Amino acid sequence: MHRTGALYGQFKTLEQQKDTATLGMWIFLVTEVMFFGGIMLAYTINRHTYFHAFAMGSNTLSLGLGGFNTVVLLASSFTMAMAVWSSQTSKKGLITLFLSLTIFLGFVFFGVKYVEYAQKFHHHLVPGKNFDIFYCVNNPAKCSDIDAADMAKEKEELEVAAKADPDLNAHAQLYYSAYFGMTGLHALHMVIGAGLLFWLLKESVAGKFNAEWNNPVDIVGLYWHFVDIVWIYLFPLLYLIDRHK
Amino acid sequence: MQSSLPTFPVQASNFAGNVDALFSFILMTTLFFAVLVTVLIIFAAFKFRRRSEKEVGDDVHGNNVLEVGWTLIPTIIAIGIFAWGAAIYVNYRIAPTDTLDIYLVGKQWMWKLQQPNGRKEINELHIPVNRNVKLIMGSEDVIHDFYVPAFRVKMDVVPGRYNTMWFRPTKTGKYHFFCSQYCGTNHAVMGGWVTVMEPAEYAAWLSGESGDVNPVSAGERLFTQFACVTCHLPNGTGRAPSLNGVFGANVLLADGSIVVADEAYIRESILQPKAKIVAGYQPVMPTFQGLVTEEQIMNLTAYIKSLQSQPVPAKGAGIAPSSAGKK
Amino acid sequence: MPEKHYLNATYGIRSWLLTTDHKRIALLYLASVTFFFFIGGFFAMMIRLHLLTPNGFLLTPDMYNRMFTMHGVTMVFFFLIPSIPAILGNFLIPIMIGAKDLAFPKINLLSWYIYVVGGLFTLWSMVNGGLDTGWTFYTPFSTLYSNSAVAPAVVGVFITGFSSILTGLNFLVTVHTMRAPGMTWFRLPLFVWAHYATSIVMILGTPVIAITLGLAAMERVFGLGFFNPAMGGDPILFQHLFWFYSHPAVYIMILPAMGVISELIPTFARKRLFGYHFVAAASLAIAVIGFVVWTHHMFLTGQSTYAAVAFSFLTFIVAIPSAIKTFNWTATLFGGSISFDTPMLYAFGFLGLFMIGGLTGLFLGALGVDINIHDTYFVVAHFHYIMVGGAVMGYLGGLHFWWPKITGRMYPEWLARIAAFILFIGFNFTFFPQFILGIMGMPRRYHTYPPEFQIYNVMSTAGASILAIGYLLPMVYLTWAAFYGKVAGDNPWPATGLEWKTQSPPLTENFEVTPVVTWEAYDFHNRPDLELDVPSGKGSPGVVAPAHGDD
Repeated sequence: MHRTGALYGQFKTLEQQKDTATLGMWIFLVTEVMFFGGIMLAYTINRHTYFHAFAMGSNTLSLGLGGFNTVVLLASSFTMAMAVWSSQTSKKGLITLFLSLTIFLGFVFFGVKYVEYAQKFHHHLVPGKNFDIFYCVNNPAKCSDIDAADMAKEKEELEVAAKADPDLNAHAQLYYSAYFGMTGLHALHMVIGAGLLFWLLKESVAGKFNAEWNNPVDIVGLYWHFVDIVWIYLFPLLYLIDRHK
Repeated sequence: MQSSLPTFPVQASNFAGNVDALFSFILMTTLFFAVLVTVLIIFAAFKFRRRSEKEVGDDVHGNNVLEVGWTLIPTIIAIGIFAWGAAIYVNYRIAPTDTLDIYLVGKQWMWKLQQPNGRKEINELHIPVNRNVKLIMGSEDVIHDFYVPAFRVKMDVVPGRYNTMWFRPTKTGKYHFFCSQYCGTNHAVMGGWVTVMEPAEYAAWLSGESGDVNPVSAGERLFTQFACVTCHLPNGTGRAPSLNGVFGANVLLADGSIVVADEAYIRESILQPKAKIVAGYQPVMPTFQGLVTEEQIMNLTAYIKSLQSQPVPAKGAGIAPSSAGKK
Repeated sequence: MPEKHYLNATYGIRSWLLTTDHKRIALLYLASVTFFFFIGGFFAMMIRLHLLTPNGFLLTPDMYNRMFTMHGVTMVFFFLIPSIPAILGNFLIPIMIGAKDLAFPKINLLSWYIYVVGGLFTLWSMVNGGLDTGWTFYTPFSTLYSNSAVAPAVVGVFITGFSSILTGLNFLVTVHTMRAPGMTWFRLPLFVWAHYATSIVMILGTPVIAITLGLAAMERVFGLGFFNPAMGGDPILFQHLFWFYSHPAVYIMILPAMGVISELIPTFARKRLFGYHFVAAASLAIAVIGFVVWTHHMFLTGQSTYAAVAFSFLTFIVAIPSAIKTFNWTATLFGGSISFDTPMLYAFGFLGLFMIGGLTGLFLGALGVDINIHDTYFVVAHFHYIMVGGAVMGYLGGLHFWWPKITGRMYPEWLARIAAFILFIGFNFTFFPQFILGIMGMPRRYHTYPPEFQIYNVMSTAGASILAIGYLLPMVYLTWAAFYGKVAGDNPWPATGLEWKTQSPPLTENFEVTPVVTWEAYDFHNRPDLELDVPSGKGSPGVVAPAHGDD
């Protein structure tokens, strides 16, 4: 199937190509909803059954870092939308600028995520043989990044939770399995999104996008917004529910 | 009563006749439609076979009346079959209260059964005829399933929960039972025999072998050993409600809801005591998760059941006021 | 034989492995799907041979458990789900709607490669001792207790799921945006409607099995605990997640076959399909209602009685659209001009066997009866009647019907008819005795059984050997015919679809000029280009289709 300029051979008009690609992306996003939906369902059911352990898990996450990341992603959706607008108004320089900003914000998100994950690793909160929800309160010296006031609160909360749920550690591990599963899956989708953005950046520098043809920017934008929306769900589900601090 | 079709196993329980009757009804109905459609197809294939090479068929779009008809009629029949099936099932899932309770644990690849007096069996179940029998079943490892074709009953045995099933054997004899949920290497040999006996024979069999200590005595010993008795004083003055008369009764919880104190409730109270707090009491009961085995829980349950006939204190019982005594 | 067509347009292995032509991709799928069919068939042969005697002389219990597991995994995920959509759907849908290719040809090729990679992982599992969890992977057996190669198999199925998702996505978008001018929704062949409905199921259901198997694999490898009661998890949660996809999956397997039958019967009765709109609507109804019946696989897990009652009711409702279709297919025969070419024989076989399979589903959906026959051979017989008696018959009927279009050559008719009969007889001998075994109480997945069950097991194995011949014959003669069969011409039957207005085999771009469609599907009375004896004055005034060459 030949290709003439932007038009692929199986299509008759650019209009048809645009409609087809856009519909394709929307349907793909529906499959992603079903994909994330499965693990969110497992999380929700377990949250309801083991609310003590899950509340404890939520409280060990950093509200500051999570909130910051939320703002970062929302900002990246804004810059993405600006990139789409720029392509629709043929402002070539701006497309490149906004795509670059979006990529930058994405990497900021990754950076914060790395910090969070590293923290979990050091606090023995990665599911597996070494998982121990009590590790930090039992070894405050090893968890020096938690200040004394927070440590005292965590100790108190853990005591209450442990009384309520003698299997707290096992159930907290379920929380963290879901945490890593969901945020890991989300991060993977962001990596793919970043890859798509780099490709768009290359194409925009080569001058491929303008008012007549900007569909790829549009549909990558759809994907990026979807990944953002997933985070908007994850943030309250993981960080905000049953927050004590 | 032996079903007339030789392939059906003997009907040996209260459910068998009804299940077979529904089966036969569905068979007659589906056979009718299958034969009808087959005859129509064969008839049409002959009557409308092509007679010349270039012949075409008639130009018919459809017929809305027929469409509505052959949608509605099967729907009505389907709903009828559904309703009959649901009735049998609901009856099957809700056991009567006057059952002979047998405890059953499935594990790879055998069944451990315990009679009310403590006598244990492996891969064998002895029960009296014409008595409602309830099996309370747990699993030690993977999902199994207890299936007695002659009784037309089965139920999965799932780790982490109790499942119960009931039936009333109506015919003495020996009947095969099978594991019918794939569980690994020896799934196919994890079967045994149910022996249904006359009541006198059953009683004789039951007391015949000294066997193990009866579960009620074992449960009573555990009740002291685990110090349950220090809080659950029988006269209702302890930190925890008296357990006299509680089994089978409605219990009023702290959040205002009411639950029935059945086997599952007893088990949950032992393993996750904070899950349901009785009204007027503090959540101070420690958990015994990891400290008691499934068999010990069953023995404790048997002991608590035996307290049904003990005098219920006026205060400190935890039983919901609206129901005087058992439900 | 036309001079230029898609098979000789370009040469060399790269032109096949890097093709984006939907027709070549269909043939790539044909090769790989047939390969897995052989593997699944091999496992079936081992099962049936072993079950000849009650004490199982052929295999150890562990080996037997691997045989039935891998038979199920291979046949479900690598044969039944892809077969008709990826082979016939890929080949025909663009041509049927008047397009040059699918919406996303490169994604189409990618979906084949994903299928192959998934298949390789599963083969890796087989080579490493196999899998013994049952194709249903129930926890905690699969996550904690099985000593077999679970992880690679689960990864293989996970990966192949994306092949299915991408195929469904491609079909949905193609049908929406690539139809030729005049090809309105209600002029579409019912084969396209069927694949549209199937695609809805593929894209909504498959992601759920993906995440479910992903969680199960994580649990097995990292000891997570969602499905492990000792850690607070719930084995039944796995079953809910698993069946949420796997029930709609059975509609992925049967809807395309129904689509084939909806093409075969009008063609070989030379008559419009009775109730076109109702059949199209019934396909969509099956796809939608199919998503809300999954718990009927779990009636005896100890779940809520009320939930069971609700799901049983819905299960009876989902049976109704299939009944509607069966009645419409039958009604099409009345007043037709029926010939008994091989594809039509497969259609008749489908009607009978699908009816038995579907009706026996009513026994299972009835709660009171399910208590008795759940997890027995009755279930095994029921689903084989639908999947083999239904889906495979549809697949073979379609392969025969469209073989002249795909290869440009005809298969040998008399040999094909004999093979169809052998298949039908072998099939019934294999699976009907299994209904009886189920009623007698023989549970499924048993490597050994009480001696009173032997007679029906022997009957079943005997039937299976006949069935095997019924499968081998078409594989041999269809391959032979592709090279040496009689040249078929554009429209040997003749049939009314757009695909029959192209040359056989078609050009790479399908149409030299995009057709403009002004006629209805299966309208034999307004197709002078078919050169049939249409009685004048009869029939509805449709619009006449131009002859091939008027395009």
